Amino acid sequence: MRKRIGALGTRAGATTRMANIVQFENIGLRYGTGAETLSDVSFTLRSGAFYFVTGASGAGKTSLLKLLYLAQRPSRGIIRLFGEDAVLLPRDRLPGFRRRIGVVFQDFRLVPHLSAWDNIALPLRVAGVPEADVEQPVREMLAWVGLTERAHARPATLSGGEQQRVAIARAVIARPEILIADEPTGNVDPDMAERLLHLFDSLNKLGTTVVVATHDFHLLNRIPHAQMMRLDRGRLLDPTGSLRYPPKRPDS
Amino acid sequence: MARSTDRRVLDEVGGLRAMTWVMAIMLFLTMLAAALGLGTAGAARLLDRQLSGRLTVQIVEGEPARRDAVAARVLSALRKQPGVARATPVDRAELTRLLSPWLGSDGADPQLPVPAMIDIDLADQDDAAITRVTAAVHAVSPAARVDRHERWMSPVSDFMTSLTWLALALVLLMAGATAAVVVLAARAGLEAHRPTIEVMHMLGSTDLQVARLFQRRIALDATVGGIAGGLAALGVIAIIGVRLRMLGSELLSGVMLSLIDWLLLVCLPLGFVVLATLAARVTIVRALRRTL
Repeated sequence: MRKRIGALGTRAGATTRMANIVQFENIGLRYGTGAETLSDVSFTLRSGAFYFVTGASGAGKTSLLKLLYLAQRPSRGIIRLFGEDAVLLPRDRLPGFRRRIGVVFQDFRLVPHLSAWDNIALPLRVAGVPEADVEQPVREMLAWVGLTERAHARPATLSGGEQQRVAIARAVIARPEILIADEPTGNVDPDMAERLLHLFDSLNKLGTTVVVATHDFHLLNRIPHAQMMRLDRGRLLDPTGSLRYPPKRPDS
Repeated sequence: MARSTDRRVLDEVGGLRAMTWVMAIMLFLTMLAAALGLGTAGAARLLDRQLSGRLTVQIVEGEPARRDAVAARVLSALRKQPGVARATPVDRAELTRLLSPWLGSDGADPQLPVPAMIDIDLADQDDAAITRVTAAVHAVSPAARVDRHERWMSPVSDFMTSLTWLALALVLLMAGATAAVVVLAARAGLEAHRPTIEVMHMLGSTDLQVARLFQRRIALDATVGGIAGGLAALGVIAIIGVRLRMLGSELLSGVMLSLIDWLLLVCLPLGFVVLATLAARVTIVRALRRTL
């Protein structure tokens, strides 16, 4: 596997020199005029580390991830991403930043009219990689996620687990510096969940910073070196982001 | 991004498929309007060329011998004028023929006080030349009338000019309506593919990359529709042209398309494709700018 995804480590590994890849300071997020979904969230993500974001449904995990992958701007606070202020980042610079972030969406969000092959190739094509240089990485990714035989299948004909693996392959093919996954094991059986987690772990070992949001507490201790951030009603219980599961409650 | 993938990303855009038909119909109507405008503009130009610098002198005398003597003197005076290229008396037989619809065979009666007429072609077509010729005629016969052909035909010329402007307005309206249809289709396509576009954005697509997905699709539909509508319109225009020629009318013979007119008509589909593509691009980019 290391040989297959050897190319992935190069770009991600280059950022390991940077200590902090993400920094949130007093972030608040409010949708419309409602109450704050996230309040006073502050944490730092170190390059090359593995993080779980946990919390009950509605705790704000997905909102936190949206801020991380630049799908949302905070209502207040400061976000530093790759050493730059992401809150004040001009809109025309967002694509460049987003290409450095891989996202596995909870609902996969595969393009329905494209085959597994074309879905996986999409980030490379978006980045303007010549077509001749697309084939080899896509082939490697398909082999890595065990979908070589299903390369030309459309998402509608793939099982939930297969779609999830296509989504992961699409998220990592462009060698992102951060991989963000929102409930990646929510739609798969426990065996597949563990396999997916190993995929993330192998990427992390190659230098990619991995952030996985999950409420599946069984998975949390499967990655021994992972750190956890626990959200409760929009607030981060451990601002340092260094808690191990089970988290120590502030009131205990 | 590879063009084949572009096409597949928007493979099932029903709204854009309908664009082919809309473009075909719009272009068909636009080309007919444009052909009308070009035809009438050509006819108006031809009419102006034929009539400008042409005058007719009428010598009205009750007594035929005196009338013919005055006419001869006027003709002689006119032929000495440097600005006159040609001065020709209209003979009695021609006048009788012109009057026959109203007077029948009575027009040939030599006692009928029909005015003597002289047709003049001027070498210079400016107002000064006309003034000089008019003065020369009035010096010989103060009662003689000098009529400019332009003045007789100016209502026809004005009507043709109005038709030309009307046709131009129709072409512009059609272009505006086409752009509006493209804007609506692009917005509908954008809405239908919002989830895919969000994913494209999250993968790092720029607004222009997303806009290109739509503009290529719309350009393709507009091209197919433009070719279909354009060919149909060219066929209809050609048939009308043949029928006009068969009428043998001197006036309508001016309503013919020149080679440049045909080239302009052929360029219209290309112009519509460019218009549709630009409208799609601007619409999509503007809509995307409202998102993050």
